[in-house]
Amino acid sequence: MMLRSLKAGGRGAVIPSTALVRGRRAWTDAAFRAALTAAALLVVVLVAWMLVQLVVAALPSIRRFGAAFLWTGRWDPVHEIFGAVTFAYGTAASSLLALLLAVPVSLGAAVYLAEIAPRAVFTTLSFVIELLASIPSVILGLWGVFVMAPWLRRVVEPALAGAFGRLPLFSGPAYGIGLLAGGVILAIMLLPIISSVSREVIRAVPQSQREAAYALGATRWEMIRRAVLPYGRTGLVGAVILGLGRALGETMAVTMVIGNRPQVSASLFQPAYTIAAALANEFSEAATGIYISALIELAAVLFVISLLVNAAARWLVWRVGAAPRGTL
Amino acid sequence: MAGLAGWGGAQGDPVSVAAAPHNAARRRTADRVMTGVTAASTLMALVPLASVLIYVVVQGAGAVNWEFFTRLPRPVGEGGGGMANAIAGSLTLIALASCVGVPIGVLGGLYLAELGGGPLGWWIRFTTDVLNGVPSIVIGVFVYALLVVPMKRFSALAGGVALGIIMIPLVMRATEELVRLVPASLREASLALGIPWWITAVRVVLRTAAVGILTGVMLSVARIGGETAPLLFTAFNNQYWQTGLDQPIASLTVQLFNYAIAPYDDWHRQAWAAALVLMSITLTLNIAARLVGGRRPGA
Repeated sequence: MMLRSLKAGGRGAVIPSTALVRGRRAWTDAAFRAALTAAALLVVVLVAWMLVQLVVAALPSIRRFGAAFLWTGRWDPVHEIFGAVTFAYGTAASSLLALLLAVPVSLGAAVYLAEIAPRAVFTTLSFVIELLASIPSVILGLWGVFVMAPWLRRVVEPALAGAFGRLPLFSGPAYGIGLLAGGVILAIMLLPIISSVSREVIRAVPQSQREAAYALGATRWEMIRRAVLPYGRTGLVGAVILGLGRALGETMAVTMVIGNRPQVSASLFQPAYTIAAALANEFSEAATGIYISALIELAAVLFVISLLVNAAARWLVWRVGAAPRGTL
Repeated sequence: MAGLAGWGGAQGDPVSVAAAPHNAARRRTADRVMTGVTAASTLMALVPLASVLIYVVVQGAGAVNWEFFTRLPRPVGEGGGGMANAIAGSLTLIALASCVGVPIGVLGGLYLAELGGGPLGWWIRFTTDVLNGVPSIVIGVFVYALLVVPMKRFSALAGGVALGIIMIPLVMRATEELVRLVPASLREASLALGIPWWITAVRVVLRTAAVGILTGVMLSVARIGGETAPLLFTAFNNQYWQTGLDQPIASLTVQLFNYAIAPYDDWHRQAWAAALVLMSITLTLNIAARLVGGRRPGA
């Protein structure tokens, strides 16, 4: 609702043509206009600057390891041999696991809040969920270490091993801390984001779509399934990709529960390591130039991936006109 | 999802589905089942977050005391001690970040709302949202290369700049939204009185939107106040009071992180206390922002 009124009210900006203002007025206006433009352009400059700065600082590592950096798995600061594949795997695996867990639940919650819940429930729960999105990552990590990981170790992982223990995915000892913990804590962080963006996307579907489905005799669920969700598909995909972008770069909570061991293991119970976690743990301890350079190359890789993912997400969400109020 | 699969059998346009009366009971059941499934999803989304709130409040309340706010950290084993320096450090960092983020964010947001109608405005808006999605740890690495390497030391200044960069897109988009809500008639009235455009923009447009912008700033402060990753290798940490802005500085979040991953029960208690303090501040700012500006949190 807010969104629509914003759009309607936003076009009223009055910019005096230079013909109407003369003399000193003309140059003060021009100066102010230049200051505003400069401040806004600074954002573009900043993003470009980041890219250049990271790539330049990563050059020693790029020169020394070349493309092998991306597909070899040995991370050995002592012998100064660096390959990032275990980190890339950890980032990808934990993010996918998080999406797998978070997407169905968030979409369900979004559908319930936008289409089914009474007004008061909608307002209250939307508020609560978004409030919970503001809990700092490091606090979720603390909770993850002392509450969630023991629960996974004692309850969830033995149950999974009991039911599907023959699959390599659920084999091995239950540590609590590991890839599964990383995926679950990420999923918890993604829930509020994906559900609030999808909720806005669903609410942006025109009322006529719903009325048309009802007029054809659809039940409420059929209306949602046949009219609302297909109409909002682009935006919903955008919401999920936005969540993916957040998951890829999320640092603190994951670092605290994923185990931080650079390895590729078939089992979800085993520790893993993500790009962001490697930066958090090793950056301030890196002693040699090439070690720091390799870490910066990791950051550059993460930066480029997050640019692409975010650009895709914004584009998809914008296309359906449900831009989720700037942030997330 | 069983209901979904069952209903998925009837692939066709809604007309043919609706025209099959023998199907009515099944369709009603599917409707009820899916209503239940979506309601259950909503509950599932709330459970972990409720658990976080409860644990932080319960564990934190048992650990927080007067010393926490007034004393410096003590070495392991001595017991007691607090995080006074980290609280002061976080406030210092937030102040520094605001010096970077607020002016640039407000001016940039004013540009987007007042002058950003063209393709340049579109690109800037797009880049702003992309910058907002850049992982905060990457911004930390950037500031490390930008400031820490040339200065040859971790510093409060570097931490403040890292947080400030995170703040820019938040303040910018909030300002843009709020400035767009200012009615065109106000601008026209001011311009019709012969008041120059830039004075109109500052004294009429920005003033009208000021409360909302303040709300946006509060929300962005809540967000950066909870950031840890960009501080790890910019502001670093400090067990004592800071002596200057070019020196490493403690922060509540980094201290919380270090204590949480350390193997000492004493430090874990302090970590829960820090979590309670931090969460109270974050939630208070969010709720206050909503009360002041009537805006939703997280935006």
